[in-house]
Amino acid sequence: MFALKILSFYRFALFLFLAISFSIPGFLFPKQITISPSGKIKSIKRAIEIAADNDTLLIMPGLYKEGNIRINKKLVIMGRNYPVIDGENNGEIFTVTSDSVIIKGLKIINSGLSFVEDNAGIKLEEVKNCSIINNILLNNFFAVYVAKSADCFVENNKIEAHGTRETTSGNGIHLWYCRNITIANNKISGHRDGIYFEFVESSKIYDNYSKDNIRYGLHFMFSDSCVYSNNTFENNGAGVAVMYTHNIKMLNNLFLHNWGSASYGILLKEIFDSQISNNRFLKNSSGIYLEGSNRVDVSHNDFIENGWALRLMANSMDNKFTDNNFIGNSFDVTTNSVQNFNFFDHNYWSEYNGYDLNKDRIGDVPYRPVKLFSLLVERNQPLLILHRSLFASVLDLTEKVFPILTPESLIDNHPSMKRIK
Amino acid sequence: MILVKIIKYQLHDVMRSKWIIFYTAFYFIVIYGMLTFTNDISKVLLSLMNVVLIIIPLISTILGTIYFYNNRDYIVFMLSQPINRTTIFLGLYFGLAIPLILSFVVGVVLGIVVYSSSLQNYFGILLLIMLSGIFLTVIFTAISFWTSIKNEDRLKGFGAAIFIWLFLALLFDGILLFLIQALQDYPLETFSLVVSMLNPIDLARVLILLKFDIAALMGYTGAVFQKFFGNTTGMLISFTVLTVWAAAPLFFARKKFLKKDF
Amino acid sequence: MITITNLKKSFDKLEVLKGINISIKKGKITYIVGPNASGKTTMIKSLLGLVRIDEGKILIDDFKLNGDWHYRENIGYMPQIANFPENLKVEEILKMVKDLRSNAPKYDEDLINKFNLKTEFNKRLKNLSGGTRQKVNACIAFLFDPDILILDEPTAGLDPLSSSILKDKILEENEKGKTIIFTSHLLTELERLAQDVIFLLDGRICFHGTITDLISETKQADLERAIASMITNKCA
Repeated sequence: MFALKILSFYRFALFLFLAISFSIPGFLFPKQITISPSGKIKSIKRAIEIAADNDTLLIMPGLYKEGNIRINKKLVIMGRNYPVIDGENNGEIFTVTSDSVIIKGLKIINSGLSFVEDNAGIKLEEVKNCSIINNILLNNFFAVYVAKSADCFVENNKIEAHGTRETTSGNGIHLWYCRNITIANNKISGHRDGIYFEFVESSKIYDNYSKDNIRYGLHFMFSDSCVYSNNTFENNGAGVAVMYTHNIKMLNNLFLHNWGSASYGILLKEIFDSQISNNRFLKNSSGIYLEGSNRVDVSHNDFIENGWALRLMANSMDNKFTDNNFIGNSFDVTTNSVQNFNFFDHNYWSEYNGYDLNKDRIGDVPYRPVKLFSLLVERNQPLLILHRSLFASVLDLTEKVFPILTPESLIDNHPSMKRIK
Repeated sequence: MILVKIIKYQLHDVMRSKWIIFYTAFYFIVIYGMLTFTNDISKVLLSLMNVVLIIIPLISTILGTIYFYNNRDYIVFMLSQPINRTTIFLGLYFGLAIPLILSFVVGVVLGIVVYSSSLQNYFGILLLIMLSGIFLTVIFTAISFWTSIKNEDRLKGFGAAIFIWLFLALLFDGILLFLIQALQDYPLETFSLVVSMLNPIDLARVLILLKFDIAALMGYTGAVFQKFFGNTTGMLISFTVLTVWAAAPLFFARKKFLKKDF
Repeated sequence: MITITNLKKSFDKLEVLKGINISIKKGKITYIVGPNASGKTTMIKSLLGLVRIDEGKILIDDFKLNGDWHYRENIGYMPQIANFPENLKVEEILKMVKDLRSNAPKYDEDLINKFNLKTEFNKRLKNLSGGTRQKVNACIAFLFDPDILILDEPTAGLDPLSSSILKDKILEENEKGKTIIFTSHLLTELERLAQDVIFLLDGRICFHGTITDLISETKQADLERAIASMITNKCA
């Protein structure tokens, strides 16, 4: 009898356990569902239907064409050897509406071009704690699209498209109204903008490589308190544009060969209280273009062989440029104003040919980085046809001796004799 | 061919003179020195461009003038021989232009070869600079011949030659700057394109600068220039213009030479 | 025979030759004399085509000078100052001249031997003295054995020995029937050679005839005084 009782207790316990397990599906016993073209479950959509929260969907290698796939459960979606999810150039591929979804190891191709919808390879919509890791996204309209979300990771993805026109191409990683997102280690090329931020707060972007995008390598607006570090932006149509934002840090980035008539290493427009340090600007049409930007601290950057290293527009004030290297630029600094309210000190200028008698490694004669000819060019661009002519040199020399048109206070009083390490 | 013989003996003479050795050494030292002091090749090429655009026209002008006036008695002797005047004229001209070109090319190439730096990536631009140098030599030698033949007085001839150099190297650009400033409300692309063709130094400079990627800085103007000079027709037109620039003063100088009393 | 008809030449506004009419006889030694700026050199240069004439015509043995250069094959010219490329050696210069006139029938190297120029063959022209240059100059004028020799101040700068060698050479060539025209302002030195004298003053021919005629016409004792009197009388 006792034994029976014990047995029935166990039965009861098992029953209870099962009952609990089923009533909170997947909470205690997450299961793995395998999807394979030759297996029992052939469709990702079907797998999502039968899956419970916290389940893992393992997608085996193969080609899956299922149109739009909506992920509304808390799932881990994992590919083995990069199964191909093909959107067949029609509509969106993954739409994630549940928190804590992880998508990794997939090859997602061909989300559809649309002039109405922002069709993406993966879209996160109003979610938290999602991760998009180790995916390959090819030829999508938008690749990764994050809207109204927070605390997500987009890491280690390879994102590639072959757009030719701005209007028929979407962004690589697109963020809109987000908080605390990490974008790291992605390689993005061939999209309209490599990385796009609008109304994003407190996010980090690091170790990304954004190359050959049609418009900007990085484009962000109204996105306060973000940090950008160790990224490379190379050969993008218009470089990098940073606008209408407070309190950004841009550190250790490389801006390489963003070369074109309207291309910038960084275009700063209405940026306040920010820091740009230890970056390298190499062979860009304009290294940094500042418009309406105040209290930006630009220090320890290298400006090497750019068309213009700095273009400082009149409405920019109280910016500090210290300890930078200006080497081999066609023009070091230009401005469109005779007034100057910015501060230059202790930079290294390769054009400087003063002397240092007291051997303190600071040139004894101040350096004026604004040349008369560059000033004329800033006002009237076709004059560039006279670039490197004897006449332009004579103009600069005359202005050096009798400064009239160049801003009096735009001067580096302590130019470094040696390149700053 | 009498012409070839005249050139041959002129070459004999010029090649043994000290100044041609200095001239060759000058290019060698400039190139070698720059390559030694900076390992930034594009900087070296820019300096070489400046040398080519300013020094070559100046030296060709000065040497051409000195050569012509110093050889006057020899010219008279040649004219008393049964030789056609055009042959003598061309013999004298090539007898100077060829060694000047050789000096420039040998000096630069030697400097590069001795340093054995990796200029392969810059081969196109180097070739363009050399070609411009050769054209400018030919052009300014012809101009100096023209002014020397026109002016009996040595000082006047010298003054005229230097003035032409100064005008093309400097004043012309001043006028161009003034025009571009004054007309800035109008589209100036075609205008400045055409004007740059009117001055061989400017034309050479723009050709070289475009190879340096400067077009991107010039916005729309640059695009227009790039489009023009970037294609074969544009290049062909530019070199035709440079050829005309060499041929015109030579033509006028010859005309004057045929009529001149010695 | 060289016939000059109504030859006029101006340099800018300065009229140098004001209508020369003269015939220079074949096989004679003609001496063109006149004070500085009388037009001697211009006249000679007109014969050589170095100066383009304004008006008139020049016939050399029935060939009318018109800019064609072939007639100069028959003329040897010794300018006042001859210059050659400075860095060439004497030997190279002679080789060059021969090279440039490679169709000459034969070379007369007599003067090269007489001047003993071979000892200077390896010197560059810029290292030569004025006298030696003048010797090279003379050698080249006679080198091609021309029918007409035009010598502008031929003995200027030559030492007395070389000068007399040159004079002998002139006479010798004249005996072979060559026409020789020379100018000189050192009167006494070459006057013995002259068979005909042309006296130029202010761009006009003042006298043309033998020395004896000239002396008798002016009733003076010698050629020097005859010429001096012509100059003072303004060629009356």
